[in-house]
Amino acid sequence: MKAPASTAVYFRVTGGLFLLLALTVSLAFVDMGPLNIVVAMTIAVVKALLVVLYFMHVKSADGVTRAAACAGVLWLIVMVALTLSDFLTRT
Amino acid sequence: MGEHRIPVAHQFDDSVQQRSAATLGMWIFLATEVLFFGGMVLAYAVYRVLNPEAFARASRVQNILLGGINTAVLLTSSCTMALAVHAAQHGQRRRSVICLLSTMFLGLAFLVIKGVEYAEKLHEHLVPGIDFRYAGADAGAAQLYFILYFLLTGFHALHLTIGIGLLAVLAVRSALGYFSAEYSNPVEVAGLYWHFVDIVWIFLYPLIYLIQAYR
Amino acid sequence: MSPHSITTHDHYLNAGYGVRSWLLTTDHKRIAILYMISITFFFFIGGFFAFLMRMELLTPDGDLVSAETYNKLFSMHGITMVWFFLIPSIPSVLGNFLVPLMVGARDLAFPRLNLLSWYIYVAGGLFTLAAMIFGGVDTGWTFYTPFSSTYAHSNVIPVVIGIFILGFSSILTALNFIVTIHTMRAPGLTWFRLPLFIWAMYATSIILVLATPVLAITLAMLGVERIFGVGLFDPALGGDPLLFQHLFWFYSHPAVYIMILPAMGVVSEVITCFARKKVFGYKFMAFSLLAIASVGFLVWGHHMFVSGQSAYAGMVFSALSFIVAIPSAVKVFNWAATLYKGSISYHTPVLYGFGFIGLFTIGGLTGLFLASIAVDVHVHDTYFVIAHFHYIMVGGAVMGYLGGIHYWWPKMTGRLYPEGWAKFAALVLFVGFNLTFFPQFILGYLGMPRRYHVYPPEFQVLNVLSSAGATILGIGYLIPFVYLIWSLRHGKNAGANPWRASGLEWQTTSPPPVNNFEETPVVTGEPYTYAEEESPGG
Repeated sequence: MKAPASTAVYFRVTGGLFLLLALTVSLAFVDMGPLNIVVAMTIAVVKALLVVLYFMHVKSADGVTRAAACAGVLWLIVMVALTLSDFLTRT
Repeated sequence: MGEHRIPVAHQFDDSVQQRSAATLGMWIFLATEVLFFGGMVLAYAVYRVLNPEAFARASRVQNILLGGINTAVLLTSSCTMALAVHAAQHGQRRRSVICLLSTMFLGLAFLVIKGVEYAEKLHEHLVPGIDFRYAGADAGAAQLYFILYFLLTGFHALHLTIGIGLLAVLAVRSALGYFSAEYSNPVEVAGLYWHFVDIVWIFLYPLIYLIQAYR
Repeated sequence: MSPHSITTHDHYLNAGYGVRSWLLTTDHKRIAILYMISITFFFFIGGFFAFLMRMELLTPDGDLVSAETYNKLFSMHGITMVWFFLIPSIPSVLGNFLVPLMVGARDLAFPRLNLLSWYIYVAGGLFTLAAMIFGGVDTGWTFYTPFSSTYAHSNVIPVVIGIFILGFSSILTALNFIVTIHTMRAPGLTWFRLPLFIWAMYATSIILVLATPVLAITLAMLGVERIFGVGLFDPALGGDPLLFQHLFWFYSHPAVYIMILPAMGVVSEVITCFARKKVFGYKFMAFSLLAIASVGFLVWGHHMFVSGQSAYAGMVFSALSFIVAIPSAVKVFNWAATLYKGSISYHTPVLYGFGFIGLFTIGGLTGLFLASIAVDVHVHDTYFVIAHFHYIMVGGAVMGYLGGIHYWWPKMTGRLYPEGWAKFAALVLFVGFNLTFFPQFILGYLGMPRRYHVYPPEFQVLNVLSSAGATILGIGYLIPFVYLIWSLRHGKNAGANPWRASGLEWQTTSPPPVNNFEETPVVTGEPYTYAEEESPGG
């Protein structure tokens, strides 16, 4: 985990996060049917990536750290996907 | 030699190894937290998929503005936390203490706003298991929405509170000179924890507050 | 515990005496001993519950205990054995002792967290034990809803709290292992020079870290449902009991790999040493551990084939369950290939290794029967399932644990156990085990359901055989308990490497010094460097 030389990046990332917050709120008021949840989650993922890569320094981290950062999320996706495969295919 | 004495625990060969271990340890802990929250996320996902209308209707009592302000509060707190870590890593004691205190203050602001929301829910009889009266069809599914709301945001608030406590300890230690440019591991790993708490909320806000807001 | 010392060097056991030096230790070796004592205590408690069950099942009628009491017995047997014995056993005892030694480190990455994990284990264990003594729990170790969340009148909440607490102990131990293995290996110790026991601890730790939190939140939600009745798992209120089962088994299936992977690590170590031959297919052995750990997370629905789960999801889970058997089979073949043309000697540790290979194979093959939906429909919730998992958990995991305890006993205590008694006990255990559990395959196939304290009279003969076996098994477990304690005072001096084994742990004294090595070792070669035509001696 390396510290960048200046703090400017933190302010830029925070600005980006606020923009994305504004975006997600305004898009929530647009009826896109089933796409609403997709859009909302996509924006959330982008925000989370900004935090992970820049605030948590994963952008400059080694492979082990990156693997640890991904593992939880990956396993959660597996758990949700396989479980939903039951609920969505019941007759 | 004028070197700062860095405390290296006996099991480590040097401070570099110690720092790697601390960082990896915290990341692994955060992975466990993802799965801990994940169980509730799964329950929420299942019941929302099975009851889309009921969940959408139930979510309309949520205050999107307050939730949005809280999101902004936490995003800002992540910024101040990152600044605190940066300052600690550069030996800027005063700045790191100020940033730590700012982060704590923002965390407390979040909790206050959350408390206001919880009080509103109680007033409106929307607390399952304690006082729940839902006028509308599909009260069962609505109750599921609300219990998961309280579980998700409740555990989140608990983690936030623990984070504030951690920061308090670190702010005191920082002020007392425990940390330096050569040794700031505790502040760094606390930063990772804090950002994680922020990320959880980044997902909770749209999931809970922004269902069919256009209606 | 101060053995009448015939060793003259300073080591971790004589580094300090008195209760405080043990209860406040951060030495991974002492913590391992603390765990060994605690899990042995819970093993005998869990065994006692099983003993009462087998006594009841001597006769077809329910004449020893009531149905409600019997429900409590099998529940508490499962809870105690799974969470307070099997899951901690090899990792918290052998893992704690050996991981730093095998990687050439002075201790684990976080020694104080290690001590904390033991205290959490004890707290969870005592809390659960109290709940079991003052009322018990009758939901089965699986806590299926809505019985556990709505209808049960037993101590569900306290037991669930105890297990919740215990989960943190697992997580902290695993976290410690992962960080230690990644960051604290000795110079020259690359990943593919690590002993397979370390690979096994690593794979197990990954499962522990990713699965245990799901158990925690599941039990928390169960508690909320039971206290507040909000409908999370109650169909009358819009909930689905299957959600509980998905959440529960997402943890509990990987949990069985938590229980078996460490034993596989032990088996690799003892087979290679007592065949005087390096492990066949080292990389396949290492990768198969990782494969079992990861694919093991994808199969949990095979516990739910008859629960109302979608048939399509069931088919996916069934296919994945067949796939997860493949890496296990690779390991069995590679152990056999290691033994082939090896110079085999029959010391107790490898006898347990042989027992493991045979019994795990039977258990694993019967798992394939269960993975096949068409068969499972008939044998689900029968004694066939019970026999299957006991072949793996007792024939596999417990034998792996005992094999490991005997293999590393000289290292941990500086003493040799009495080989004659040890061989005798291993034989008694093997006979007792098979007599207990083989009849249960037949009983299950014939239709005897599990978790019933009564059964049709035509099943009595097989049940009597099983109960007789259980008695022999129980006696068998007492024998090592006695002679291992005896050896602490009267066992021969072991010396640094009585088995002439390879591995960093054998390059230091027995017992090891507090900081494990006089100088940090440097590793220059492959693991398991055994010349041919040597035997371990001793």
